[in-house]
Amino acid sequence: MTALFAILFLIFFVLCFGALLLGVASILGPKKSKSAIKSSSYECGLPSFAQTNNVPVKYYLTAILFIIFDIEIVFIYPWAVAYKDFLTAGWGLYILIAMLIFIALFLYGLIWEIRSKALDWH
Amino acid sequence: MNIAINAIKIIFIFLLMVKIVPLLVWVERRASAFIQNRFGPNRVGPLGLTQLLADLIKFLFKEEFVPKDAKKTLFYLAPILALIPGALAFGAIPLSVPFSIPIFTFFNQQWGPYVIEFQSYSLNFSLVFILGVSALGVYSILLAGWASANKYSLFGALRAAAQVISYELALGVSLAGVLLIYSSFDLQTIVSAQQGVLAVAVGDVLHKVSFLPNWGIFFQPLGFVLFFIAVFAETNRHPFDLPEAEAELVAGYHTEYGGLKMNMFYIAEYGHMLVGSALMTVLFFGGHQIPFVSTAEVSQFLLSMGVGAGWLSFLTALTLFSVFMFKVFVFLWIFIWVRWTLPRFKYDQLMQLGWTKLLPLGVLNTIITAIILFIFK
Repeated sequence: MTALFAILFLIFFVLCFGALLLGVASILGPKKSKSAIKSSSYECGLPSFAQTNNVPVKYYLTAILFIIFDIEIVFIYPWAVAYKDFLTAGWGLYILIAMLIFIALFLYGLIWEIRSKALDWH
Repeated sequence: MNIAINAIKIIFIFLLMVKIVPLLVWVERRASAFIQNRFGPNRVGPLGLTQLLADLIKFLFKEEFVPKDAKKTLFYLAPILALIPGALAFGAIPLSVPFSIPIFTFFNQQWGPYVIEFQSYSLNFSLVFILGVSALGVYSILLAGWASANKYSLFGALRAAAQVISYELALGVSLAGVLLIYSSFDLQTIVSAQQGVLAVAVGDVLHKVSFLPNWGIFFQPLGFVLFFIAVFAETNRHPFDLPEAEAELVAGYHTEYGGLKMNMFYIAEYGHMLVGSALMTVLFFGGHQIPFVSTAEVSQFLLSMGVGAGWLSFLTALTLFSVFMFKVFVFLWIFIWVRWTLPRFKYDQLMQLGWTKLLPLGVLNTIITAIILFIFK
């Protein structure tokens, strides 16, 4: 419980710290007149044109694949921590083979994904 | 009183992280100058050290500028949010041994004794916690890129996000071997398991290698290499700094940012480097321990130097903390050294490396570790 309070306190403090920095900078900094050219977004010297926030679908695909594989890796973690306990209890072979089956499925998924060119960025 | 001590400690450790950043920037500028046969900042103060202060003052007096099309709230929010993941993750790392303050009187009142841990908060799942909160860094990058309403920012942010989440897989799976060896999520347990000389248990016999310390890297060499590469990609550092490829994307997700706002992104990036280096130290290089020297021996040495009993535990903790920071700075130096030595990858090469090489190698490392543990249990 104390750790939770410490974490919340740290988040609060960091937010205040950041806001303070920005506040001080905005008070001390010069306030110049705004021109249309100056406040347009950066464009390598050309007049900037309308901004579209379109995201290529490739990035969505990567994010979806990430979620699947990340969950699979999260499943490995408790197994890894409990592995030695199982070894001393004499269940070593059972838990090792169970994980080998899981990892075979994991690798099958990965190979399928690579073969289906989901990760081709050319 | 306990709450006050903890609050001061948390603030102190956070400010420590923030204060290391300008130092690192100075080291980076000097090192890059040295590597490229230039001088670097050497005019302001001795060795140019007060350049940091001059930079800070300059940043404070810059105009706060928001582009016309930008989403103003999110634009301001992103750099503030960028500070959080690094600060949270650094707080969970054990920096040194706990120290105790004996009973003392203050305002005619008895206080203490207190036992203070040299970290912001100790969690028994600290490794998972660090992985979790450092993954939150993606949000501030995406917010910054999207709120800037600039195509360079947007694409820099997208690239950064895709890269960070891809390498998070390699990062996560490379740590499974460490978890297999130490059977704990608690970083304090992992550090204290690395005491003494290298000892390998085969069956009931304990084989000792007297000239090597009992560090994690000797149990997990492949795991360390994978973790090392993945941390480079996670922090968006060279040779993986595709989000900031100047030739294509100007400056990546912080193209539209300037002054202190940009500086806060720098604090976040160097904070991530600091957390990565600290994790490498804790998991693979014995944390705050001096090789072959136990904590009791450090205390003994300090006693023989004539340190009073009241200060003993604090000075012991401070000594071990400086050892920890020395190890961390070695890794930070490698970060900087690599940046000015290696060329940048291409984006497809980067994604190929993460998904088709590091991830299967990490899985392989896990299986091999498990099988070796099974055979020599």
